[in-house]
Amino acid sequence: MTVDATSMLLVAVVLLLLTLLTGLARTIIGPSLQDRMLSVQLLGTGGVALLLLMAALFRASALIDVALVLALLAAVAAAALTRRGENDD
Amino acid sequence: MIDILGFALIMVGIGFFAAGSIGLLRLPDLYSRLHALTKADNLGLGMLCAGLALIDGSAANAAKLFLVWLLVMAASATAAHMMAQHTLRQDIE
Amino acid sequence: MHAPLLQLLDVLLAVLALALGWAAVSSRDLKRSVVFFIAFGLLLAIVWARLGAPDLALAEAAIGAGLSGALLLSALRDEPETEAGSDLMQGPLATLISVLCLALTAVFAWVLWQTLGSADSARMADRILEELPGTGVSNPVTAVLLNFRAYDTLLELAVLLAAVLGITALGPARPSFRAAGALFDGLVRWLVPLLILTAGYLLWAGAHAPGGAFQAGAMLAAAAVMLRLGGRAGGGPPQPRVMRSVLASGIAAFLLVGIITMVSGKAFLEYPQAWSGTLILFIETAAMIAIAATLALAYIGGRPADWESEVVTSAVTKTRERR
Repeated sequence: MTVDATSMLLVAVVLLLLTLLTGLARTIIGPSLQDRMLSVQLLGTGGVALLLLMAALFRASALIDVALVLALLAAVAAAALTRRGENDD
Repeated sequence: MIDILGFALIMVGIGFFAAGSIGLLRLPDLYSRLHALTKADNLGLGMLCAGLALIDGSAANAAKLFLVWLLVMAASATAAHMMAQHTLRQDIE
Repeated sequence: MHAPLLQLLDVLLAVLALALGWAAVSSRDLKRSVVFFIAFGLLLAIVWARLGAPDLALAEAAIGAGLSGALLLSALRDEPETEAGSDLMQGPLATLISVLCLALTAVFAWVLWQTLGSADSARMADRILEELPGTGVSNPVTAVLLNFRAYDTLLELAVLLAAVLGITALGPARPSFRAAGALFDGLVRWLVPLLILTAGYLLWAGAHAPGGAFQAGAMLAAAAVMLRLGGRAGGGPPQPRVMRSVLASGIAAFLLVGIITMVSGKAFLEYPQAWSGTLILFIETAAMIAIAATLALAYIGGRPADWESEVVTSAVTKTRERR
């Protein structure tokens, strides 16, 4: 991989991280718990994207496995938030 | 040549992530913010995976990337629906 | 060309990690703390990936971001009071604790400075890589966990077993969930098999690639949590009559292997060269199941139904009614 490719991927990683950082503002502001969980969901998907970019950047295809694991677990937290118990109305 | 196309796709993908972030911050209520999120999941991640598959070149990794994209879309679509239902129930009460 | 960009990335990650950690601990509102903690877990997984530690990133993504998130959110729902008021954190006691924490941080910083700054030190990593071919696996992390420091892993599993005692002492488990509607049921139907498949893959791949028993166990536990959330009757952790055996299986496998090696003349847990790979896989499989059961038990937050005999249950109920 040429030096250019590494720099471009690094630029992509930094830009993506900054984007996710701005999305995290909703965690501070968001009036309800669901709003805050929304921004965590964005961080989750963004995290998957970051891991995939880093897999290409550092030539570590194991990081694609990490992204797979993160993708699989993304729904678990949202489900834990929204599922109603037996005794709830 | 393929590298340039790959990078272009990645940048477009990050653009959609930015759209998702900005939408999350600027839109008025939870339901519309959910719409912003799904842009990041579908198109953002999709473009990114396509670009990375082009850059990487190996078929096995491209298949894994495609699988990751499908999983994220399916999981986040379900999660978005459940959150919307949950909030609707709470708003009605 | 890309060194300053890399530094910028590192600085951003470090600042974000510190900020999220601080926000999680210092927020007055418990809901906000929980959300910040989940975000912190996610960020930490990315940090591990950046530092070139995929095994840790796998474990952090599965346990720190996924399972801890589900656990904390469920605990949040049980808790009507979400103000993190605490009288402990005021006054002279708080000052004392702060000073002690600062002192500890200073000690760690000094140690880090000394070790990282010293030149020409014989690094442990080189030694491990030298001895790697004889261990039976080619992933250095697995070699350290299951071969060089197998005793430590045995004791870790014992600690998990002690945690089970603590969890069952908390009281009855959290009530189960409603039967799922079509949407969530559909999600459970494809996610749980995928989680189990990934767990098997991580267990197998742990020998030569990032993975291993802990990560695989966490994936299985996530599958148990999804089943529990899906409202299937008795879904989640294993059935009570096999639960105890499952929880002890990790340590049991270790002890079995250790005793066999002792009986055949070697030291405790000194694997014969030709059998190393197989023995490690055997122990890892048992450990994966034990870890998954422990984490699933932690999620349901207490004794599952039918955990005790009838006699004890009725005695406990009578004591409660008397109060």
